[in-house]
Amino acid sequence: MKLYKCSLTELKNMIEEKRVKLQDIHESISYRTTHTDPIIKAYVNKNETYNIDELDQNNYKDTYLKGLPIAIKDNISIEEIKTTCSSKMLEEYVPPYNATVVEKIKEAGGIITGKTNMDEYAMGSSTENSAFFPTVNPWGKNRVPGGSSGGSAAAVAAGMVPVSLGSDTGGSIRQPASFCGVVGLKPTYGAVSRYGLVAFASSLDQIGPLARNVEDIALMMNVITGRDEKDSTCVNRDYPDFTEYLKNDVKDMKIGIPDQYFDIDFDQEVRESVLNAVEKLKKAGAKIERVSLTGAEYALAAYYIIATAEASSNLARYDGVRYGLRAEGADNLKKMFTETRQQGFGEEVKRRIMLGTYVLSSGYYDDFYLKAQKVRTLIKNDFDQLFTDYDLILSPTTPTTAFKIGEKRDPLKMYAADIFTVPVNIAGIPAISVPCGFDQKGLPIGLQLMGAHFKEEKLIQAAFSLEKILNLDIKYPALK
Amino acid sequence: MINEEEVRYIADLASLKLSEKEVEMFSKQLSDIVDYVEKLDELDTEDIVPTAYTIPVKNVFREDKVKESLSLEKVLKNAPEKQADQFRVPKIIEED
Repeated sequence: MKLYKCSLTELKNMIEEKRVKLQDIHESISYRTTHTDPIIKAYVNKNETYNIDELDQNNYKDTYLKGLPIAIKDNISIEEIKTTCSSKMLEEYVPPYNATVVEKIKEAGGIITGKTNMDEYAMGSSTENSAFFPTVNPWGKNRVPGGSSGGSAAAVAAGMVPVSLGSDTGGSIRQPASFCGVVGLKPTYGAVSRYGLVAFASSLDQIGPLARNVEDIALMMNVITGRDEKDSTCVNRDYPDFTEYLKNDVKDMKIGIPDQYFDIDFDQEVRESVLNAVEKLKKAGAKIERVSLTGAEYALAAYYIIATAEASSNLARYDGVRYGLRAEGADNLKKMFTETRQQGFGEEVKRRIMLGTYVLSSGYYDDFYLKAQKVRTLIKNDFDQLFTDYDLILSPTTPTTAFKIGEKRDPLKMYAADIFTVPVNIAGIPAISVPCGFDQKGLPIGLQLMGAHFKEEKLIQAAFSLEKILNLDIKYPALK
Repeated sequence: MINEEEVRYIADLASLKLSEKEVEMFSKQLSDIVDYVEKLDELDTEDIVPTAYTIPVKNVFREDKVKESLSLEKVLKNAPEKQADQFRVPKIIEED
């Protein structure tokens, strides 16, 4: 048994039962990464601050994560380790503090292997917008891994690390999880602290885990949830032990299937795979009914107003004054701002800053931003209403399987890749993507379950059941 | 339709310097995106209250106590240019 193929839970158990040495796990992971990452390019920076030879597993004896490896998306700050957001603007930026999730992982005894590639500032759905290099989908060398957390998904899928953290503003955890055949959870807005996460769209951003099974997701949720006085949007409440919901039981669970989502024209193989999973859930005792929701295309339209408006405001801080890139030779302040931003931002980031500035500009605010915020109310109320009757809502995660690198040049076509994932962020609810099959090209298909605010445990229970019912033989992708 | 003159105006608001090629490209792309989002006009939102945050966040207070903060050294560590424990920037006041 190769250790890099084991899940976090398996490794944790093996260490607790003294069947394996921590150093051997890290050796295996490191070996796998050395041979795999030159092809996949999941990491932007490896963590060079720890030495496997010096790891002492006794130091982690009383911890939850036992010194096990975790990869982190490169928009989450780690003290003394570069956090680039895959942008030239932050290419040399070294944070002077840790994000709260990083503190929590360290306290729980996790060891961070490195920072994973992403679309610049988390803006994109393919990781092609990284200013450094695109990441490759382990299931097909000419395929994108999805995005923006493409590096986090690809690293987990390729066995370079058992779990990783990503961030999800409009689908950035779930869509790459779906494309790479792994599990990804976007928690409820307010369940996980965003302190130290480089801000993109503050009313939508959320940090969450990616893993090769639902069990590991539950484990990571136990580590990262909880109130943080450094993030005022982080809600003060008690969270359950999520591993207690790892039960293969969907009996009497009521699951809604929105007509408006299935009316969208999307890939036939994805449709069949998702509907096949629906039949199996029915056989297992779930009560599945068709329901009505505001069309996802309205959520997508509202998203591209709200997200870009907030981004244009959040990214105003990159001015070359305090950290990050500064253009050389500008002889006055205004020139320094504009030239720094010209050189530091890539095309998609500029496009979104432009759109966000436009929708917030004088005379347009009511037509766009206010209208989008009102539509947000409609979408949220719709979900809230459904969740009084239903435990979960089910849809595909993405309209297609992983597309080809370089295939989507038109921004609107790229944005449409997020049609099923965006409504969740707009409503602030939690959702999980689980693999439900493969298409004829051998590319993974993902199914999305959405839940009511702070009902992550239901997502975990249903996703765990689905994983058991489908019993997919997800082999490691053959890396060529 | 967002014409090139508007694109230049927005770029100036956003402190972005765009090449002529970018101005032309963004004029077309932003027009397309704005056309798409105008789909929202199909929904009646006359009496709807806008939502900024999806969870009920009221004022979040903490005790007004001084706590440890980042050291000056750490704060200035990433500064592109610094002088006398401060960020150094090009001249702000322009000469006549």
